[in-house]
Amino acid sequence: MPSPLVSLAHVRKTFANGTVALEDLTMDVREGEFLSLLGPSGCGKSTALRLIANLADISAGAIQWPSGGSARSDIGFVFQEPTLMPWASVTENVYLPLKLRGVSKSEAMPKITETLALVGLADFAKVYPRELSGGMKMRVSIARALVTEPKLLLMDEPFAALDEITRFRLNDDLLRLKQAKDVTVIFVTHSVYESVYLSTRIIVMAARPGRVVADLAVDAPYPRDEEFRSTSLYTETCKAASHALHGAMGAHEHL
Amino acid sequence: MNDSFSRYVLPLVLAAAIVGYWEFAVWYNEIPPYQLPSPSGIVAALVRDWPILATSMWVTLQTTLAGMILAFIGGVALGVLLGMSKTAENMLFPYAVVLQVTPVIAIAPILLIYYSAPTVVLMTAFIVTYFPVLSNTITGMRSTDRGLEALFDLYGAPTWRKIMLLKLKTALPYILTGFKIGGPLALIGAVVAEIAAGTAGAGSGLAYRIIESTYRLNVPRAFAALLLLSIMGIVIFYVIVFVSHLLLKDWHESAMTKER
Repeated sequence: MPSPLVSLAHVRKTFANGTVALEDLTMDVREGEFLSLLGPSGCGKSTALRLIANLADISAGAIQWPSGGSARSDIGFVFQEPTLMPWASVTENVYLPLKLRGVSKSEAMPKITETLALVGLADFAKVYPRELSGGMKMRVSIARALVTEPKLLLMDEPFAALDEITRFRLNDDLLRLKQAKDVTVIFVTHSVYESVYLSTRIIVMAARPGRVVADLAVDAPYPRDEEFRSTSLYTETCKAASHALHGAMGAHEHL
Repeated sequence: MNDSFSRYVLPLVLAAAIVGYWEFAVWYNEIPPYQLPSPSGIVAALVRDWPILATSMWVTLQTTLAGMILAFIGGVALGVLLGMSKTAENMLFPYAVVLQVTPVIAIAPILLIYYSAPTVVLMTAFIVTYFPVLSNTITGMRSTDRGLEALFDLYGAPTWRKIMLLKLKTALPYILTGFKIGGPLALIGAVVAEIAAGTAGAGSGLAYRIIESTYRLNVPRAFAALLLLSIMGIVIFYVIVFVSHLLLKDWHESAMTKER
């Protein structure tokens, strides 16, 4: 078994207003895996991502990087919204992480071009975000996260606001990118189907307080395609994940 | 009816009609120029008194623009500070409000006790201009996309880079709105101080010319000065609008033409 890239041990996060967002979260993220955090809203899955990215402070417990400190600064983050700078072109948006790291534009250009081609936006380098569709904006956001060649890609419900056709296409593209870049992914979602289709492992979480209730492996090799959705492994895993999710929500919390 | 016709030709037709009626009414009723000058009389005064009026206009323009630009710079700088720090805002904003709500026409005579007329004109232009710039800048600085801010944190960007690359850019449309409101106000501030100075017998700006001309019953010249002030205000406003459009046309919704 490969060594964990990042380890969370008994992590708790309490907000200033007293809400316990996460209670005793312990998990290892292994190098190369595609891990989904699946759960209802309020289960702390987004908070877990923010803690790993060091965008928020933990209240108790520890987050460790066994492979060393460099991995910690080697993170790409894709938010729920594309969060692009409206005043900057696609190229400028993708350049941002490298710019903040002091890479000159001319030095960064080949990398930017390559990454844009990878997400299928080679022809849109000069346009402004407002001219793009929702799915294309999300592609720019993914390119921006990948342009630094991160070891770890954190994705916080990136496709939740997109229509199903676009979401399916981006799911396939994401798997292709993961293969090509050999990046470890932690993917937050509330969709059972999406998590099963994409992941090698699913951690099911429950809300109030946020905690882990199940840890499911998805033992199907990549590459996966639409065929995968009709395999029994897929349907069985979906059932198991749904079951864990409903069990976690409790009798009084059925929606 | 096409767009440019209704935008440009119709207002001109209306203006021509009003000016025409005005000219006719003054002539027909034989109204003396010291009661109401005719449009042609105003133009004649403008031409005849041009050396005096141009000098005055130059004085007013200089002080107005100086006060306005200082207020733009000061308002944005203070807005950046107050937008970044809640403590600074709590401490300073009440005084910004006090300065704003105290009628500038009441402040001007008091300032004139201590400072020369041109200085006071500049100060009042500043006072009326800075507030819309300041409060719009603060709002703009606070409107930053949380996700983008997190992204800057993720890549370890220092605060000054966050301000330069993210917050000021986000605030730009707000700041420009502050300029659009504040710019023409600078002229009002300047005129108020010139009138205060004018009643004290000192001054040389356009507003002072109006006071002086009315004292001497030279009403056509007063109207000519008023016309020049009005043109200055229009020019100041549209220069700001134009610059604003240039800065925003590529990306901001407010500068988009609607497609259908």
